[in-house]
Amino acid sequence: MAKYLTQRIIYMVVTLFLIASFTFFLMKIIPGTPFSNADKLSDTQLSIMIDKYGLDDPVPVQYANYMMNLLKGDLGVSFQFNNVGVTDIIIKSLGPSATLGGLAILFGTFFGVILGVVAALKQNTWVDYTSTFIAVLGKSIPSFVFAGLLQYYIGVKLGWFPVAFWRGPEYMVLPTIALAMFPLATASRFVRTEMIEVMESDYITLAKAKGASWFEIAFKHALRNALIPVITVLGPLVVSLMTGSLVIEKIFGIPGIGEQFVKSIQVNDYPVIMGTTLLFAGLFVLVILIVDLLYGVIDPRIRLAGGKK
Amino acid sequence: MEKILEVKDLHISFHTFGGEVQAIRGVNFDLLKGETLAIVGESGSGKSVTTKALMRLLPESNSEIKTGEILFGGKDLAKLSDKAMQKIRGKEISMIFQDPMTSLNPTMKIGKQIIEPIIKHQKLSKSAAKKRAIEILDLVGIPNPEVRFEQYPHQFSGGMRQRVVIAIALACNPKVLIADEPTTALDVTIQAQILELMKDLQKKIDTSIIFITHDLGVVANVADRVAVMYGGKIVEIGTVDEIFYNPQHPYTWGLISSMPTLDSDDEELYAIPGTPPDLLHPPKGDAFAPRNAYAMKIDLEKQPPMFKVSDTHYAATWLLHPDAPKVEPPPAVKRRQREFLEMKEGN
Amino acid sequence: MEQEKIAKEMFSPAQLDSAKSEEISKPSLNYWQDAWLRVKKNKGAIVSLVIIAILTIMALVGPHLTGHTYEEQNLQHNNLPPRIPVLENVSWLPFDGNLTRKNGDVYNAYEQKNVEEYYWFGTDSLGRDLFTRLWKGTQVSLYIAFLAAAIDMIIGVIYGAISGFVGGRTDNIMQRVIEILSGIPNLVVVILMTILLDPGILSITLALTITGWITMARVIRAQVLKLKNQEYVLAARTLGLSNGKIISKHLVPNLAGVIIINTMFTIPSAIFFEAFLSFIGLGLQPPDASLGTLIDEGFKVLQLYPYQMIIPATVISLIMICFNMVADGLRDALDPKMRD
Repeated sequence: MAKYLTQRIIYMVVTLFLIASFTFFLMKIIPGTPFSNADKLSDTQLSIMIDKYGLDDPVPVQYANYMMNLLKGDLGVSFQFNNVGVTDIIIKSLGPSATLGGLAILFGTFFGVILGVVAALKQNTWVDYTSTFIAVLGKSIPSFVFAGLLQYYIGVKLGWFPVAFWRGPEYMVLPTIALAMFPLATASRFVRTEMIEVMESDYITLAKAKGASWFEIAFKHALRNALIPVITVLGPLVVSLMTGSLVIEKIFGIPGIGEQFVKSIQVNDYPVIMGTTLLFAGLFVLVILIVDLLYGVIDPRIRLAGGKK
Repeated sequence: MEKILEVKDLHISFHTFGGEVQAIRGVNFDLLKGETLAIVGESGSGKSVTTKALMRLLPESNSEIKTGEILFGGKDLAKLSDKAMQKIRGKEISMIFQDPMTSLNPTMKIGKQIIEPIIKHQKLSKSAAKKRAIEILDLVGIPNPEVRFEQYPHQFSGGMRQRVVIAIALACNPKVLIADEPTTALDVTIQAQILELMKDLQKKIDTSIIFITHDLGVVANVADRVAVMYGGKIVEIGTVDEIFYNPQHPYTWGLISSMPTLDSDDEELYAIPGTPPDLLHPPKGDAFAPRNAYAMKIDLEKQPPMFKVSDTHYAATWLLHPDAPKVEPPPAVKRRQREFLEMKEGN
Repeated sequence: MEQEKIAKEMFSPAQLDSAKSEEISKPSLNYWQDAWLRVKKNKGAIVSLVIIAILTIMALVGPHLTGHTYEEQNLQHNNLPPRIPVLENVSWLPFDGNLTRKNGDVYNAYEQKNVEEYYWFGTDSLGRDLFTRLWKGTQVSLYIAFLAAAIDMIIGVIYGAISGFVGGRTDNIMQRVIEILSGIPNLVVVILMTILLDPGILSITLALTITGWITMARVIRAQVLKLKNQEYVLAARTLGLSNGKIISKHLVPNLAGVIIINTMFTIPSAIFFEAFLSFIGLGLQPPDASLGTLIDEGFKVLQLYPYQMIIPATVISLIMICFNMVADGLRDALDPKMRD
């Protein structure tokens, strides 16, 4: 197990290194100056700025510097905010994003699993059809459309929850629902399929033959086996949350990483873009690792084999 | 002997996209206390469906017991509520399935899977149930039961898993044990071990066994009586000796002829021609008629009733009608019978 | 007893037609016929196909119906709500040209501005005809759908097939490339691409070309690896069939289902992605119309002129729902596991 883990972590570091290099060089070939207000600056000011950020150093030197700093956890200095470290900017906006993302994945998978299980157990009844309907809508309606509608009808027209900003628990309700729809839909479809397959398996028939009640069969025998494969979609779901958070944060005015990222792109703030990209990539790789480990915890066949399936 | 289970005129249908499949079309049999009744027949003959119906394990969504009774301990299982049925499953009647690789829950420890019915049906405490489970594991021949108790199914071989499945089935000393091809998925050497184990346990626990198989060799080994099924009906039923030495139904003849024996390598193995009947559109007459070399006009018109051969032996074939021409079983059957006798004497 | 009544002659041997008993009662259908029967049974998928067809026709024809171009501005006619002849007289339909003020007053915007013309889906804040812009935007979405499908089917399938079929070192290198590419979230690649180029249809096209095929390549490779070792392929190889023949005769037909299902699931996510990028301002730029930009523009005036967002939002949701339903239907129809 320890060997497997080390191997995975090494692989993770290599991937991140490659992504960091890729991002760096991509940023280097992008046309245009990093200073959004470049035309307002005099040539001297501009050259001072360029000098300060080491932009006229040879590219390999810049690359080496960047990588060295990266190892120290220093992602460089933002161009748009003078002398503010990218790491600080990211940490500052990490809170709302992490809260929102965490809430959405918890809420989404929890209700998704319930919806999927109920649909599978009541297959081909109105419960199942309703669940399918919700899932198709959740998968199909773009998050920004859904967020906009929620904001307008629930926030503005009904006035149940605040329309925007991030000032307390009640502000989290609408963005969480908007962001959770996709994980909810995906999880419910997946759980339904798995649950139906498990319910038809021999060991469920054996459990029935043992005299287990419907409840025991569904929750003690079937659910765990149905949930194991669901962990595999958690990775893609977390990624979809990153995408989703960009629009949701934009729509609801949440000061998170997504909003910061979109802003940085608009003003060519390379260090922030690179830092965020690395953060996204790091999260992505980490989620996949966690998913793999989680798989081992929940599935005894893999835990004891000590490696991958 | 005391009848423990009576099945009367059982009809079961499956509702499919194509229409109603009449899988079981009037099955009658009794199970006596302490006996082993083998049900034989080819795939689709309805043997598994019959036994699943006894346990009411058929999918409720698309199957239906049309008519008939399953009398057990004064109750009609065909009409029992789900709740009441749960008290019978695993306690009074339990079941062993064909494939031990898939019939254990992969994410639950073996021990927990065995104590589950014990706690549920015998209301024992957890520690008492564990003691009992370890006893049973020992009884079914699993070494180191205390260690094995804490393990998961994937740590067991196929034969060991089937022993565990048997342990689960026997955990509550059931009155009836249904074994649905329990050795088909196992290696030949393991098959023999499992059969021996079942025979041995039957003596110890004094349970009645319904043994489903398509292997007549297994039948000869374990059964007291044999029911031959074809096209959703029992076509012949009798003691083992009656079925092997005095078979009456042409289908039984076919089964016996197509049985490989040690000497059969020098001749071509017999196969019953044709295909099983389409139970979506069951034939008007005898379902076996289209494959029957001895078929008569009446076979195509009317289903044969059960003709009595002896007090224990019945067969559903018009050949037993007094007006029917006398037909001798094919020579292959005679040859097999001689071989059986030789084997028996040899033993 | 009953059987006593049976006539003697009934016990004479029956004439059996041996050919009849061997007859196969179910007509044999090939894979595609069977799949089509299954799709046909799925009403949701069929209705969705029809809706997609209608939307496609409207996307092609729609922009030419009103006599306005998608970028033509008429500031005097700005922010007019939808008004459609005949339908305007049906009181519960929102096509009467009426607007509601914040205080709840209802007034007819057309009468107030003295506009005779009918704008079927209204106009935006620059007085552009939303009907034309909507179908122009739908065109973009459908172009993206087509593009994503093509990328999946061409790059994804070829990459995956080569990787799986050739194997060895080639496979190893190709898999490392995929691992690196997929280690970067799609979103990041797409956004980097749109900065590298100018935002617009070209950068989205390129971004999709870079990332869009990875899942397909993986699925195809896995399938090819599985199929490669199937007995019938080994048999074909043993019999001396060339690689090309093995691919075209044995692998492709078996891969077809997987390819179609995967492509169908790629399409809605690609459509979403374009709309998403346009919505956050990284995709198409005004005056170009995409459903994403229309929703973005409508979103800004949602409280005053809700129709400006609701109409494009409905269309994109409809497109997404229909493609998802068709994909689901095809998966159910083509998945061999589901065949009985």
